[in-house]
Amino acid sequence: MKFNLKVWRQKNAKAQGKLVDYTIDNINADMSFLEMVDVLNDNLTRKGEDPIAFDHDCREGICGMCSMYISGRAHGPHHAATTCQLYMRSFKDGETIYVEPFRAGAFPIIKDLVTDRSAFDRIIAKGGFVSVNTGQAQDANNLPVDKADAEKAMDAAACIGCGACVAACPNSAAMLFVSAKISQLALLPQGAPEKNNRAINMVNQMDEEGFGNCTNIGACEAECPKEIKLTNIARMNREYLVASLINE
Amino acid sequence: MSELNSKIPEGPLAEKWDNYKEHAKLVNPANKRKLEVIVVGTGLAGAAAAASLAELGYQVKAFCFQDSPRRAHSIAAQGGINAAKNYKNDGDSVFRLFYDTIKGGDFRAREANVYRLATESRNIIDQCVAQGVPFAREYGGLLDNRSFGGSQVSRTFYARGQTGQQLLLGAYGALERQIGLGNVKMYSRHEMVEVVTIEGKARGIIARNLITGQLERYFGHAVILASGGYGNVFFLSTNAMGSNVTAAWKAHKKGAYFANPCYTQIHPTCIPVTGDYQSKLTLMSESLRNDGRVWVPKTKEDAKAIREGKKTAVDIKEEDRDYYLERKYPSFGNLCPRDIASRAAKEACDDGRGIVPSGLGVFLDFADAIKRLGVDVVKARYGELFPMYQNITNEDPLKTPMKIYPAVHYTMGGLWVDYELMTSVQGLYCLGEANFSDHGANRLGASALMQGLADGYFVIPYTIGNYLSSEIFVKSIPTDHPAFVEAEKEAKERAEKLIGTKGKKTVDDFHKELGKIMWEYCGMARTAEGLTHARKLIQNLRKEFWSNVNIPGSLDEFNPEFDKAGRVADFIELGELMVIDALNRNESCGGHFRTEYQDAGEAKRDDEKYAYVAAWEHKAVDADPVLHKEELVYENIKLQVRSYK
Ligand SMILES: Cc1cc2nc3c(=O)[nH]c(=O)nc-3n(C[C@H](O)[C@H](O)[C@H](O)COP(=O)(O)OP(=O)(O)OC[C@H]3O[C@@H](n4cnc5c(N)ncnc54)[C@H](O)[C@@H]3O)c2cc1C
Ligand code: SF4
Ligand code: FES
Repeated sequence: MKFNLKVWRQKNAKAQGKLVDYTIDNINADMSFLEMVDVLNDNLTRKGEDPIAFDHDCREGICGMCSMYISGRAHGPHHAATTCQLYMRSFKDGETIYVEPFRAGAFPIIKDLVTDRSAFDRIIAKGGFVSVNTGQAQDANNLPVDKADAEKAMDAAACIGCGACVAACPNSAAMLFVSAKISQLALLPQGAPEKNNRAINMVNQMDEEGFGNCTNIGACEAECPKEIKLTNIARMNREYLVASLINE
Repeated sequence: MSELNSKIPEGPLAEKWDNYKEHAKLVNPANKRKLEVIVVGTGLAGAAAAASLAELGYQVKAFCFQDSPRRAHSIAAQGGINAAKNYKNDGDSVFRLFYDTIKGGDFRAREANVYRLATESRNIIDQCVAQGVPFAREYGGLLDNRSFGGSQVSRTFYARGQTGQQLLLGAYGALERQIGLGNVKMYSRHEMVEVVTIEGKARGIIARNLITGQLERYFGHAVILASGGYGNVFFLSTNAMGSNVTAAWKAHKKGAYFANPCYTQIHPTCIPVTGDYQSKLTLMSESLRNDGRVWVPKTKEDAKAIREGKKTAVDIKEEDRDYYLERKYPSFGNLCPRDIASRAAKEACDDGRGIVPSGLGVFLDFADAIKRLGVDVVKARYGELFPMYQNITNEDPLKTPMKIYPAVHYTMGGLWVDYELMTSVQGLYCLGEANFSDHGANRLGASALMQGLADGYFVIPYTIGNYLSSEIFVKSIPTDHPAFVEAEKEAKERAEKLIGTKGKKTVDDFHKELGKIMWEYCGMARTAEGLTHARKLIQNLRKEFWSNVNIPGSLDEFNPEFDKAGRVADFIELGELMVIDALNRNESCGGHFRTEYQDAGEAKRDDEKYAYVAAWEHKAVDADPVLHKEELVYENIKLQVRSYK
């Protein structure tokens, strides 16, 4: 297969970026999108040009590191899949493909397709945990958990922190990411004691990082590789509201 | 006898760890605040250690090369974590988990360490549940278990097919909490490139800031490495792309012995290699062997017809199929340990009965399970795994059997550590997959997560105190100390040499070449002749690398190709040590199979001569390393021929 690529190149955080054209040939349909970029980079390196910088690690859809905005969609055209799980068979031979970084004010570009998503870590640091020190736990089976709740908590906990929800959102809102963690912990008895403070602190930090507001567009859910549901946002809003009332 | 002091505590096996804890020296809270600890790595081992030490009051600096600590390779673990909870009432106990682990490791692990691991396994589950880890539950709301290879009880806890992710997010949450409280300073996108030692003690590291390319100096009263395994020495493996040996290797060159480097685990159930462009291999969790049956056709003719697309799995009648694991190992069947299942797959394929075009693949079939349990149950049990397989291969495993083949997965070898997890360098510790300690010559499934968390949550918080209690009078050493200057200079010169080479071949060219050599000669079957040859090939490759590698860009920018080059340089040196170790070990055990030493395909150990840990001391890059032996003494179990028949 052959493709025309338009790739965002930007030397560093301060430099001006632009789309640069590349063509690539002899691509096997069973290659992953990142393997296609590997081949392109290999060609560039051999020609003495600077290869395209991009984030990736596990290449199994679980670490959340890969993050490309491909032809107008976060993680590309394949539903419920990360960039690394996208295969070239999803594209038409001869197609022109746009490759850009995940864009958001809170995700500054480091180089080319690589962005700084540390804002997510700072939100988690405000409450994305249960405050239990090592060694303080009781026997794991002392506290049964409703299986249905445990399943819902697991659904929310599947978030990989990739930021596609932010990149997909016209407002650059991080609601889906934040609500996934808040929901997971709110659904479990272990997380209950801290739920009020958690909701307030995490939401405040989210605002401070410069993420936008939610206007119920739903692009986040549509592009989320882990199919995190909008119902989590509803739950978060409830938690936040209750917490605000209690705090008054 | 052994000159390595493993510092195993006195007393009966079951009391050693309690004895140790009761007598270990303590650091009082006021002094803890004055002590700084560096933790390299934020996988299960590193994140658990950093969080737990910070909770105790130490000042922690944590490092990882990814953009966030949550992305460490532990995130990819699928199947589960073992613990001797005996919630199933099926006869499990600490002793049984201990015994299974020692036997699974082919009697090449240290009794005392493994017993401690089995003991702590129970606390891990408690801790993780308390953190909000959403483990799978039964309808009554209690925790569910499944079975993994090498055991006859059901002791594996899991969170769908994402156990590693959930455990890591638990540890990451604990770590972020300490970061938020100001007790941990986190350095993401930083790669450790040197250990700094002062008067024989580890006192800090040099790290490269991967965004700016600058070398930075960091002091610690002690340094903990939890930098993961080195499976990527084979180029293709199930490890994440960035997994590397650099931190451990740099420590090795500064005096930390490297133990049993040749013990590598080839996992039996991975998606077979299909093309040259392939960048990594994907694991299909061992848990699938709970319900999947492994087979190849009985005849070469049928296998050939399948390879050529003239027949498919369904065309092969039941009586014409060879469920070779069930046939050869009736009591464990499809759940025999990994090394054994992998070798059996290789044997079937070497016999001409492989079922993918390359000849290197066997079936993993769920048809019976689907008949017995229904599609929905099978689908629910394996969560993400089926869609993942389908996405990669474009085939639906619910309709046609999976095709699988062994791939490099885990490294049992690693930095030598004593009972306290201290390396042969004072104040330098090593945790998790990066050390050699608990899995002998073969790791059982669901035991790496257990070990990483045991090391990080429950072992190091005690053992490091025993050392740091004598360091309380040492003031923080300013990083303009000559030792820091010297270490940074070394790292800088090396980096400049690498980038300045401007040769003709890419970093991947060298990495792939190294991988081929390792897989061919130091993979599933090894011979003295092959290994001797491989050593020469690797030496030549190393020379060529340093004179002909081409790294684009410069040192003072974000430059992933340069980062990769540094890692590959270390892999090449490690590769040579692996070959030396494999050549030294004239026996077969676990993941180390020397063709010369076998009983009709089964590994033949030589306990007389090789019941020891081989700990290698680095001399110089082109000099032979020196072997130190730690004799393995078994006081509580009898060495036996490992049988799963
Ligand atoms: C696909 C897959 C599935 C698995 N499934 C299971 C399973 O079901 N059950 C089980 O028990 N085990 C499983 N394992 C094994 C297990 O996941 C690993 O052995 C374990 O997670 C390793 O944890 P760790 O903390 O030692 O290292 P890792 O999680 O690999 O973490 C290494 C850390 O070190 C950092 N690092 C490395 N080098 C440097 C450096 N030079 N400078 C700075 N930082 C550095 C990295 O950034 C990272 O944070 C699986 C492994 C794979 C590959
Ligand atoms: S909610 Fe979905 S898109 Fe957003 S960070 Fe999590 S996994 Fe990524
Ligand atoms: S590289 Fe890990 S999710 Fe894509």
